Amino acid sequence: MKIAIASGKGGTGKTTLSTNLGSFLAENNDVVLVDLDVEEPNSGLFLKSTLIKKYDKFRMVPEWDLTNCTLCGNCQKVCNFHAVITLKTKVMVFPQLCHGCYACSELCPNNSLPMKQEKMGELKHFKVGKLNFVESRLDVGQEQAVPLISQTLEFVDEKYTKETIKLYDSPPGTSCPVIEATKDADFVILVTEPTPFGFHDLKLAIDTMRVLKKEIGVVVNRYGIGNNDVIDYCEKENIPVIATIPNDRKIAELYSRGELLYDKITEVKKELEKISKFIFDRNIGGNK
Amino acid sequence: MKIAFTTQGTEWDSKMDPRFGRAAWILVYDEDTDKFSSIDNSDVAGEAHGAGPRTAQRLFEFQPDVLITGNGPGGNAGTALKEAGIVSYIGAGDMTVKEAFSAFKNNSLKKA
Repeated sequence: MKIAIASGKGGTGKTTLSTNLGSFLAENNDVVLVDLDVEEPNSGLFLKSTLIKKYDKFRMVPEWDLTNCTLCGNCQKVCNFHAVITLKTKVMVFPQLCHGCYACSELCPNNSLPMKQEKMGELKHFKVGKLNFVESRLDVGQEQAVPLISQTLEFVDEKYTKETIKLYDSPPGTSCPVIEATKDADFVILVTEPTPFGFHDLKLAIDTMRVLKKEIGVVVNRYGIGNNDVIDYCEKENIPVIATIPNDRKIAELYSRGELLYDKITEVKKELEKISKFIFDRNIGGNK
Repeated sequence: MKIAFTTQGTEWDSKMDPRFGRAAWILVYDEDTDKFSSIDNSDVAGEAHGAGPRTAQRLFEFQPDVLITGNGPGGNAGTALKEAGIVSYIGAGDMTVKEAFSAFKNNSLKKA
């Protein structure tokens, strides 16, 4: 069972929901929580975790080898991202623009752009009581989140069975990293707040998930502020509102101290129970 | 000497475009022949990333000696221009092409 927790707008409570839901479900289930917001992973701030193993993660980028290069310009022609350009006397590679597609390397008639490993970040595997927790983090200066997200998902798929509940704490927005983090999910929970900003970006996220043909549900965080537009919209569009987490100063205080909520605030626990019932009733991912 | 400008049009009186990577036009003046050549660069607007190197690629086809622009190329394009031996002058973003050319001739533009 793969459930992505995404949002559209940033700061709506993806990590709050992910860490609480993950810890709650792990009390009675086999669960792995995966922080896929590799540009700024923060689930770990709320989990008192023990490191099991750390892995360096690499991506492949072309490196120019002048030995047989004829400066034919084929590499610059086939690169869709302008990451390779041919000058009068040399070929230049811009690793930050490279998407690792191998086109320049494979289509070079003289093997002048062999692919080389470049470290892009780290994957850490933790245990938090019964909860498994995986966090990936890009190195400073790395601009491509997608390859690290993709490798993290591969790691999780290899390490855990089909029956394991996999929760993906996704990046915000609707761009490539979000697509990568959600494209493999059986269900996507979109977290929003009931404000005009939250509503606006929720609609973008819903549109994105519809293009990906994802089953979706909405969790409204900070319920009680703003207006009723989100709830009305979801009703009109037949999107289930799975839970509403109240706007409560106590929640903000616990959050600011990096603590979990559901073991201290009954209303939060009740909402998590609703989500849990929803995902098991739906039989998401097809396993009982 | 061939001098390239980032511009919003193709004449002496056209406004300069202060941007390098996302400049609307590249206009190249050849002092030896007293002629302009140009290329419409506006399709770069559709590129999410890599506009600088893309525009630099186009610029190289004209083989200019000098580039005159406004804000100056970013890191990627700047490196490529340097490697290609093109000297960049900046600060001409608010001028017309003619004014930018005079400013260059009077040595009143800053090297990037």
